[in-house]
Amino acid sequence: MKKTLLSVVSLGAVAALALSGCSAGGSETESQTIKVAYQKFGSFVQVDNHMKAVKKAFEAANEGLTVELVPIEAQENDYATKLALMNKSAATAPDVMYEDTFRVQSDSDAGYLAPLDEYTSEWEDWDSFYDNAKNAGLGSDGKTYGIPMGTDTRAIWYNKDLFAEAGLPVPFEPKTWEDVLDAAATVKAELPDVIPLNVYSGKAQGEAASMQGFEMLLYGTEDTLYNTDDQKWITGSQGFVDSLGFIEDVYQGDLGPTPEQALDKNVGNLVSGEWLPQGKLAMGIDGSWLSGTWLEEGTAPWAEWDTVMGQASMPTQDGAEPGATSMSGGWTLAMGSKSTNKDAAWDFISLALNKDNSQAYDIAASQIAVRDDVSQDPDYQAANPTFGFFSEIVATTHFRPATSDYAQISSAITVAMEAVMTGQQSPKDAAAAYDQAVVGIVGEENTESAE
Amino acid sequence: MSAPTLARPDERPGRGTSPRPGRARAATHRSLVRSIPLLPAVVLLAIFLLGPVISSFYGSFTNASLSGASAQDSAFVGFDNYAALFADPDFPKSVMLTLVFLVASAIVGQNVLGLGLALLMRSSNRLVRSLVGTFVVTAWVLPEIVASFAAYAFFNDTGTLNNLLAAVGIDGPNWLYALPMLSVILANIWRGTAFSMLVYSAALQDVPQEITESAEVDGARGWQRLVFITIPMIRRSISTNLMLTTLQTLSVFTLIFVMTGGGPGTDSSTLPVLAYQEAFQFGQLGFGTAIATIMLLVGAAFSVAYIRALKPEVD
Repeated sequence: MKKTLLSVVSLGAVAALALSGCSAGGSETESQTIKVAYQKFGSFVQVDNHMKAVKKAFEAANEGLTVELVPIEAQENDYATKLALMNKSAATAPDVMYEDTFRVQSDSDAGYLAPLDEYTSEWEDWDSFYDNAKNAGLGSDGKTYGIPMGTDTRAIWYNKDLFAEAGLPVPFEPKTWEDVLDAAATVKAELPDVIPLNVYSGKAQGEAASMQGFEMLLYGTEDTLYNTDDQKWITGSQGFVDSLGFIEDVYQGDLGPTPEQALDKNVGNLVSGEWLPQGKLAMGIDGSWLSGTWLEEGTAPWAEWDTVMGQASMPTQDGAEPGATSMSGGWTLAMGSKSTNKDAAWDFISLALNKDNSQAYDIAASQIAVRDDVSQDPDYQAANPTFGFFSEIVATTHFRPATSDYAQISSAITVAMEAVMTGQQSPKDAAAAYDQAVVGIVGEENTESAE
Repeated sequence: MSAPTLARPDERPGRGTSPRPGRARAATHRSLVRSIPLLPAVVLLAIFLLGPVISSFYGSFTNASLSGASAQDSAFVGFDNYAALFADPDFPKSVMLTLVFLVASAIVGQNVLGLGLALLMRSSNRLVRSLVGTFVVTAWVLPEIVASFAAYAFFNDTGTLNNLLAAVGIDGPNWLYALPMLSVILANIWRGTAFSMLVYSAALQDVPQEITESAEVDGARGWQRLVFITIPMIRRSISTNLMLTTLQTLSVFTLIFVMTGGGPGTDSSTLPVLAYQEAFQFGQLGFGTAIATIMLLVGAAFSVAYIRALKPEVD
């Protein structure tokens, strides 16, 4: 009796071991598959399309290798979180990932990314990339961790039809913040059913709020976030309070979407997919890639977009030189440090970003090219009438502080924005709370007062 | 086997005081063998409950993060996370919101409403009983995420509630934005009452009819019978139910996250939402687990209080 019981138990244990062995094993020998992780969210499907095309070409050229695409359906910050969690374990870490330039430093510090210098040194295409774009892919140790796919700038997109209806001049050429707010007030008075101005704001929008929203304002004042020379974060600046004041004017002054609309994670998709094409929004501070949604292969094709939508560069606060401001970022393809077949991963990256594929992606996603052979290609220049405008404002553009603390500080900015837009705190109090948060993140010794 | 049986009558006076060593060993052996079937459960508990608790406790003393250098090798930082937590103005607010949510939705809402429904259903006819039962239990049967979206659709600015109010001429507020805590509390009561109702229905069936009847004969009114007879007799169920609903409500995350995302601002950021935000939005895993550890302590404190106050073990 006892013997039978024992043997049953031990048999069960052996079976369980064998089963768990089956499920856990396999990853060691499976380096014939490369896993590619990237973001796919709402109207943002261009990377997905690009990766599908490259997968086909890669598998045709490399017999025996398979590409496993892992599209992560999440808004920007959630994408970064999910990617970081994937990267934490060798079992889930991707071989190739779509990586925001501002996260390259912190993710390479975290040991998630593999340096690419030995590959780029033998890659003849590498010379075609612009130097500033190459710099965006550098880690804090000076090694290259990301190959840039394209860059972007930001400006005001406005609906010319609605502007004409409201009696505003077209083309719209604001010189100061006041001009922008005045135009919004006119739209509100003349066209009460139209949302006058969209500025991304609040925690739910993550990096879109701090970059498209807040930094487009702050870098048009006399202050910045970070003193690059002293490598210190700036606290207590008037520009910070004024920028929050602009957010307060928009959201508490009923010149923007209602705060609850703006706090919806989906607002980015609404702006590009519904509000602008349907004439529900008069203007918005948004990225150069916006028109990608309206192209034929986008998620909300809109044939007339080019005649209806105009672009104006974002003015500085009081019209001070150089009169306009912008922010630039961009995304890269990076290699996972836990990849078991790094050579194949590199082959995939270099195929995805060769001249033809870079150009196809830059056109589809309305990216500003980072390869000189692409930007000089007549097909690229003719592909989108806004490329000229957005390439020009590169002259007045700014880049985010490229430190590994930036991601956390960016979150602190969105907290301050949300407190102001919902009326919970005055711009001054929210700025003070931000200062305290920054000191908490980087330490007192890494900050300096604006004065 | 026969020898001990024969010896037993002689030994009876001293039984238990000095058992023979051989028998004790046999008994230990037997109880060990008999507890073998418990082993899988114990192992599973250790892996899936004790493991995370210990790793969360340890994690709260490190600077572990999602990205940056500390993601690679996190260092032991002592009580730094706790010091930062107590200095953070969001933390006391979050603790208050958690307590408000706990008391209003679990301790008062779910328990009182659950007991009330159970009492009413006991004295109602079968049709009403099954109708009400089905209706209430539906909320409990729904997966949490579905229930959360249902509550979101109900309280949303253009949702069911405001449409109903508009039908009778009332212009309802934007519940999720203007009254976020009230909305999530009502939603949690809706979702959790079924559980309390089921527990109390079962408990009420165990109250002997004779005692209630004799109290009635002695002239006790309805409320007196409830307070002096029924409630003391179902004390153990109350204690268990309070503990379960408290712990369940303390960890409610999906409902709040879907309905308000912890906002507007931080106006409905209870501790689980705050912990999620710190750990996964801001990438500070160590700081987030410190909040989780505090939650563990709050839950433990409530459990001890219930056990002490209601003494479920003493009859």
